[in-house]
Amino acid sequence: MKKILYSLRSHKLLQVYSALIAIVAGLLFGLIILIVIDPSQAFPAFNSMLFAGFRRGLSSFGNVIFFATPIVLTGLSVGFAFKTGLFNIGATGQLLIGGFVAVYIGVTMTFFGPFTWVIAVIAAGIFGALWGIIPGILKAYKGVHEVVTTIMMNYIALYLVNYFVKSSIYDGLNNRSLPVPRANIIPKFGLDVIFSHSNIQGGFLIAIIAMLIIYFILNKTVLGFELKAVGYNKDASKYAGINDKRRTIHAMMIAGALAGLAGASMYLSDSFTYINVQDSMPTQGFMGISVALLGLKDPIGILLAGLFFGYLQVGGQNMQLYGFAPQVIDVMTGMIVYFSALSLIFAKFAIRFFRLRNEGDDA
Amino acid sequence: MIFLLQQMLFFSMPLLVVAVGGLFSEKSGVVNIALEGLMIFGAFCGILFLFFIEGRIDGQFVLVLAMIIASAGGMLLGLMHAYASVSMKANQAISGMALNIIAPALAVFVARQVTPSELIPFRQRFVIREVPILSDIPIIGPILFERAYITTYVALTVFVIALIVVRSTRFGLRLRASGEHPHSLESSGVSVQKVRYTSVLISGALAGLGGIVFFIPTSGEFSAQVSGYGFLAIAVLVFSKWNIKRIIWISFFFGLMQTIAATHSSLVYVRDLDFIPSEFYKMLPYVATIIVLSFSRGASPAPSAIGIPYDVSER
Repeated sequence: MKKILYSLRSHKLLQVYSALIAIVAGLLFGLIILIVIDPSQAFPAFNSMLFAGFRRGLSSFGNVIFFATPIVLTGLSVGFAFKTGLFNIGATGQLLIGGFVAVYIGVTMTFFGPFTWVIAVIAAGIFGALWGIIPGILKAYKGVHEVVTTIMMNYIALYLVNYFVKSSIYDGLNNRSLPVPRANIIPKFGLDVIFSHSNIQGGFLIAIIAMLIIYFILNKTVLGFELKAVGYNKDASKYAGINDKRRTIHAMMIAGALAGLAGASMYLSDSFTYINVQDSMPTQGFMGISVALLGLKDPIGILLAGLFFGYLQVGGQNMQLYGFAPQVIDVMTGMIVYFSALSLIFAKFAIRFFRLRNEGDDA
Repeated sequence: MIFLLQQMLFFSMPLLVVAVGGLFSEKSGVVNIALEGLMIFGAFCGILFLFFIEGRIDGQFVLVLAMIIASAGGMLLGLMHAYASVSMKANQAISGMALNIIAPALAVFVARQVTPSELIPFRQRFVIREVPILSDIPIIGPILFERAYITTYVALTVFVIALIVVRSTRFGLRLRASGEHPHSLESSGVSVQKVRYTSVLISGALAGLGGIVFFIPTSGEFSAQVSGYGFLAIAVLVFSKWNIKRIIWISFFFGLMQTIAATHSSLVYVRDLDFIPSEFYKMLPYVATIIVLSFSRGASPAPSAIGIPYDVSER
């Protein structure tokens, strides 16, 4: 028993090592690109990127949290679906639908007074869940692969939201929705006192609460156990009496709700209170995939990974001062995900490396 | 009507080439959801070449060169996918997703370093007004041989060659075996790794080619997105049940949907329905995909070893 526990823990440790190595490798790849483009500016730019999140102390870190909030939530969405063996590429669409519902309520239903934002956030979660249910049902009862349906649902959500914005809360002059009044955005719960002079938003607390709930569901409830069982082995769990079809739908529903909350946190923050009518998608949904993968599909890991990618985003804004397009950050993000796919080999290498070093210390 | 069919051709050719590319990879047992990224990267390489060569040499020859470069670019990125999923036995969906993030980011990054904006412009100069003699054939002539692009002919040729390769060559047989029973393939003395590497590289080359086939007839500048065509190609592949003969018809079907979405305001039949907002036309291809997939009956006949890294010692 002790041996099994030990091997389980060392397996987790192995994955953490591999994630760290993926990060280092991805950053180095980014550095190489910078050197190729402009050797003289590469090192100062890279340096400034690495420390941008702490440059001005807590206020810089407030900006990190601002970027991290929606991607932690979409990361939780993707990661939760992963646990049930589902690849939710549709977080973008669920985020858009949730975001629209939140903005719509924030603009029109002011009769709820100070509770408007609460209603808006809850509704965003519900509609995100409804959007997530559709691929879940199709997967469970029609056997349509969720990768295809969730991607298609992203495009449908994009155009549907454009249509709804145009026909209800439209600001034709700027080709976007009317802004949510300041009174109806998510309050900051005093976070702005700690992280002064930053874009900090109260939505971060929602992300933390969501993370705790997901951690609880996955580790302490029957639902979580059954969801994970379906993810590990569908046939075995069916044999054990688990209704795998309903669990598939539940997983997509909860994933959708999380992405819907991400939408609410994005559009009900004070630097971003309207939805643009455009043909391209917000990137926060896709970022969720990177966050979930780097976070090892684990709620706490996802929180850390979200903060890490938020940190990189803040660093990316500084790159322009050195004449580099901020997209180099996205290249690094992609490379980190790529390297984390190679994790096992990396991790084994890491173990050998650390063991060798330890032996060296002993000697 | 002829305009409609011609537009349909422009929209379905990239789908055709990219879906055939996806078929090569998936038949050999390697999931390829990186098609979108491969398309973007291929188109990026090809059009960057056009951007630099602008005004020096001209004519169809340049376009052929651009197509070759696009294929090479797709192959290069495909090599990354092959390395991760064949050599390193990594999770193929994760590697594919990573490439989907890297490709557009790299394209925008480089584009912004060489041009003032995120877009790479290229001059529209490849249209063939009409092909002599052939354009006089009734019906087919005006559709295929007037205001045409050689990209269309290349795409159709690629499809025919792929059809022959997959169905009636030794490599095609090995390809299918590698995706169904890799261990029996290995036991007959063929390296599964080699077959899978080759297929993923072909897949990358075709997806890269598909990227430039997408941009040349319908646009005048490169922007780092292909409107989800790579993902639509996956839908085509799933709907075709991994059968290469069906791919062409399904590509035409999706091409038609895209055509209606893009040109509905100028179509005679649809113009009277102007109470339907344009957003709903834009949704049409994606809604159609979901409906069509949920009503296609029968168990999914995906290659049985798809997504499973090949490990010799597991026999």
